[in-house]
Amino acid sequence: MSLISVSNLWKSYRWRGRSVEALRGLSLSVSEGECFGLLGPNGAGKTTLLRILATLLPPDRGNVAIAGADLRRHPERVRRTVGYVGQQGGTDIQATVFQDLLLQAHLYGLRGQAAWRRVSEVLEQLELNDLAGRPVSSLSGGQRRRLDLALGLVHRPPLLLLDEPSLGLDPVSRRQLWDCLSGLRAQGATIVLTTHYLDEADQLCTRVAIIDKGSIIADGSPARLKQESAGETLILTLAPSASASVRQQASDLLGTCPFVRAVHQEDSEQLRLSVEHGESALPAVLRLLEEAGLTVSSLVLERPSLDDVFYRYTGRSLKKAQAEAASPGAWSAFAWKGR
Amino acid sequence: MSLFSSVWYLWLRQARQTWRHPIWVIFGLFQPLCYLLLFAPLLQNLSGIPAIAAGEAMTFYVPGLLVMMALFGAGYVGFGLVVELQGGFIERLLVTPMTRAALLLSRVLLDIMTLLIQVLLICLIALPLGLRVSPGSFLLALLLLVLLGLGLAACSYALAFLLRSAEALSSLLNMVSVPLLLLSGVLLPLTLAPPPLRAIAHFNPFAYVVDGARALFLGRLGDVAVWQGYLCAGVFALLALFWGLRSLKRAVA
Repeated sequence: MSLISVSNLWKSYRWRGRSVEALRGLSLSVSEGECFGLLGPNGAGKTTLLRILATLLPPDRGNVAIAGADLRRHPERVRRTVGYVGQQGGTDIQATVFQDLLLQAHLYGLRGQAAWRRVSEVLEQLELNDLAGRPVSSLSGGQRRRLDLALGLVHRPPLLLLDEPSLGLDPVSRRQLWDCLSGLRAQGATIVLTTHYLDEADQLCTRVAIIDKGSIIADGSPARLKQESAGETLILTLAPSASASVRQQASDLLGTCPFVRAVHQEDSEQLRLSVEHGESALPAVLRLLEEAGLTVSSLVLERPSLDDVFYRYTGRSLKKAQAEAASPGAWSAFAWKGR
Repeated sequence: MSLFSSVWYLWLRQARQTWRHPIWVIFGLFQPLCYLLLFAPLLQNLSGIPAIAAGEAMTFYVPGLLVMMALFGAGYVGFGLVVELQGGFIERLLVTPMTRAALLLSRVLLDIMTLLIQVLLICLIALPLGLRVSPGSFLLALLLLVLLGLGLAACSYALAFLLRSAEALSSLLNMVSVPLLLLSGVLLPLTLAPPPLRAIAHFNPFAYVVDGARALFLGRLGDVAVWQGYLCAGVFALLALFWGLRSLKRAVA
């Protein structure tokens, strides 16, 4: 069943007297239990989309329904369905961890013992028990991010929206956060997260949409996107003693295989084979070369990254696009923050 | 979620923050205490000021001081909101099903209560220094100060929602508050002012509030200044509250 349904969504901002389109007719749907990643450079429209889903921004045009509730007509129902963790978090630095969670429980309508019980459950779920009495201001970045997550989970939302959840975290805290999110996913939570970290999308998401300049340009499981767009590569190294004619023989032989798209001679020893299904192609290539009496020194399967996928659809690298977005002339990083 | 519940839980959180460090509330009294102890005695030794009757200098001066406290206390509360807007706390609240107006109302309510506590403390300190006021008049004056505090706090929050910058808010408040203060006759009666200044002061609603509070403290309940003060403070409070709620709505839309 579709938990999120977005169709033809448009959103623009006024910036320095001109209108800038952050979302351009975006449509998507997310099913229950999915971990859906929105991957794209800064300013692509990821955060705008997430803030619209969280009822923080009204869309200009288009329809959005969450768990069957129309976002414009029933924002309160949407708010009860959604747990939102913004980029900045939103913890109360003047409170203790327990007080902060209790306030959140109260604002979601939990009262008395029920609120206390729920806060205790969330503390345990996110391994924050030992920190319950600590002032929020004394928490480390990773601990505070876990508290952000706990705040988003207090009311048991069926949908969790996370905006750049691991932004600014050190590798250890990042890994801990991923473990938390994997645990939530295993429990059946539906998660939508924005990220510009390729490895994060790859690691956590069951489905990824690549978003650029306000539109979704590719959508699918990370494995499928990578396979469809870039295929996989086998890097074959023949024995050092192999002559040029032997290498040519291997190249000709592999070029006739139906699962090999192309063969490129990388250098004097290596051949690069573009293949459709690397895992099944690998033993087949080995067998073929062995039957032809050719000695293989090594055979490595190289999988494409999401950056390759981004490159294929946009003609530029995701890392480069991020650098462009961070440049002084970029508009979109400022656009939504202005409000 | 009902407005009452939303206001209650946010008010509790604000109150806990304020009263965890009561020293800051006391520090807030330092400036008015300085005026009370270091400036007000000068008035007592002045003669020939037509507006101040003999022996009434302290009763004349304290109401103006209380208006000044409201201006520099409730008028500057927007800074706390700017910090919470920038830190993401307000955004977090807006995603919950609470009634959004509670965000403003809970704060204004606590600001008024803090102002009232400070007013009571200053008046208690001023009593042995010569302040004379009847309980009834004092309660009526408190109501006037509540309306003023409400308006000032709501304005401060409205500006915080619009500007979202401590630097911008600070510059703007300083620019506005000093002329408002000087043209309201807080420190010295406006009867001493040259005619052009008095003419300008006629357009300053704070001048009417100061005059109203003075009339109440001096026991002149039938004085025209009383209803003029209430009218100015009441209209100001209503407009400011409307502006504050509108700014909140626009800021989160």
